[in-house]
Amino acid sequence: MYVAVKGGERAIDNAHAWLAEERRGDCSVPELSVAQIREQMKLAVNRVMAEGSLYDPDLAALAIKQARGDLIEAVFLMRAYRTTLPRLAGSVAIETGSMAVVRRISATYKDLPGGQILGPTFDYTHRLLDFALAAEGDVPAAPTAPATPGPVPHVTGFLNREGLIEDTQRCDTTPPDLTREPMELPTVRPLRLQALTRGDEGFVLGLAYSTQRGYGRTHAFVGELRIGWVGVEVEIPELGFAVEIAEIELTECETVNQFKGSKTEPPQFTRGYGLVFGQSERKAISMSLVDRALRWRELGEDNSGAPAQDEEFVLMHCDNIQATGFLEHIKLPHYVDFQSELELVRRLRSEAIVLTEAAE
Amino acid sequence: MPTPPPETRKAWISVLAKSPPARLAALLPRLPQHDLLRAPETGAVMVRGRVGGSGEPFNLGEMTVTRCSVRLVEGAVGHAWVQGRDTGHAIRAAVADALLQTDAAPEISRQVLQPLREEAAAVARARAEKAAATKVEFFTLVRGEDQ
Repeated sequence: MYVAVKGGERAIDNAHAWLAEERRGDCSVPELSVAQIREQMKLAVNRVMAEGSLYDPDLAALAIKQARGDLIEAVFLMRAYRTTLPRLAGSVAIETGSMAVVRRISATYKDLPGGQILGPTFDYTHRLLDFALAAEGDVPAAPTAPATPGPVPHVTGFLNREGLIEDTQRCDTTPPDLTREPMELPTVRPLRLQALTRGDEGFVLGLAYSTQRGYGRTHAFVGELRIGWVGVEVEIPELGFAVEIAEIELTECETVNQFKGSKTEPPQFTRGYGLVFGQSERKAISMSLVDRALRWRELGEDNSGAPAQDEEFVLMHCDNIQATGFLEHIKLPHYVDFQSELELVRRLRSEAIVLTEAAE
Repeated sequence: MPTPPPETRKAWISVLAKSPPARLAALLPRLPQHDLLRAPETGAVMVRGRVGGSGEPFNLGEMTVTRCSVRLVEGAVGHAWVQGRDTGHAIRAAVADALLQTDAAPEISRQVLQPLREEAAAVARARAEKAAATKVEFFTLVRGEDQ
């Protein structure tokens, strides 16, 4: 029998009022605007867009404000909002090769067409707290140099010309969508990439790190890491042709991995791929390492039993909203469940005590 | 009314869609009378990437988009799909699309499209120039035994 219990409305209302007050903090300190969060907490905004799987910097900034800076809570708000939106279309697949890059580096080639462009990176900073930032002030404008417009070719393209790296099969099929159909195992690579790009950064990072430490080792080099702006083209039904309706910022990582060759393939390099909304290079590199580790079956490699090679383990646990939803539900009332456990333990104890007494 | 070639319309719809909403509103402050054929509707477009940057498509994630269709009194129909949730932006872009199919086209092109194009190019150029300033120029150090 299920007994519904009501109550707690007043306590809940008051808790929410206090939450609002705590969100605001000390009223003698100026309130943050959504625009301030969007502009000055950009990497947090990017993470919330990537894991919320919805590109909208203003919404992500609002979610961060509402969530008091709890990024997983903010991702939750984005996911909930997303479910209210009708799906108007799927885009034409974007061309990252024509990205307007703000950063583009390769760990495999020093001199490559287009050059090594560092962009606004934390690399080479000393990770010393900068107390000057504690004071408010204007920053000097970043230096500029004449830009040479032109395509910045993918590094893997060079290796491809020599046949040293596996080729990709270009096609225009409609990819499977885990937001529409429940994921079924075994999956295909497009579905894995969708799960990983919206997966929790910490979880994907941990798995990627585990492959580097030997749990499903794939010997990855960062062939190329690029951040920049890409146009999004959509077929507009009322027009009958595709139009570039937006530009979004993305981070892309391609790893180049050793491959001994198999029965059907000669020795060559293989690839792992990461593509993430916003500037999220830790996530993009992690994604490409995990993507590559999950490809063991298709490449005829050994399964060493490593967590990063187990697609069920990776894909069923990388979503932080699913994870936190199930994890946090255990703090909600389980009075009836626990009551039955309590009765069970009491009965087992009394039986055990009777047996002990009988033995004595 | 001559139908403009789709390339041109494709280009101007893109410029209007990618324009900052406040800037478009400043450049086109007053809208002519129009009917809403499709009231502004905010939804999502699933952005697709390609495996390895060049292979089969996969779903990267959605982005917010607002679409709208209008008809001017003289009959021209305009459509807009714009990034984000700004309904005013979608209406304005749709009206501009309609106007660009009328005799007002040269004026709208000069007063609205041209400044938007120039400003978008300036933003892209500024970004590219900052990136260019962070391009690494390698040089080889002279080693001791070479001296």
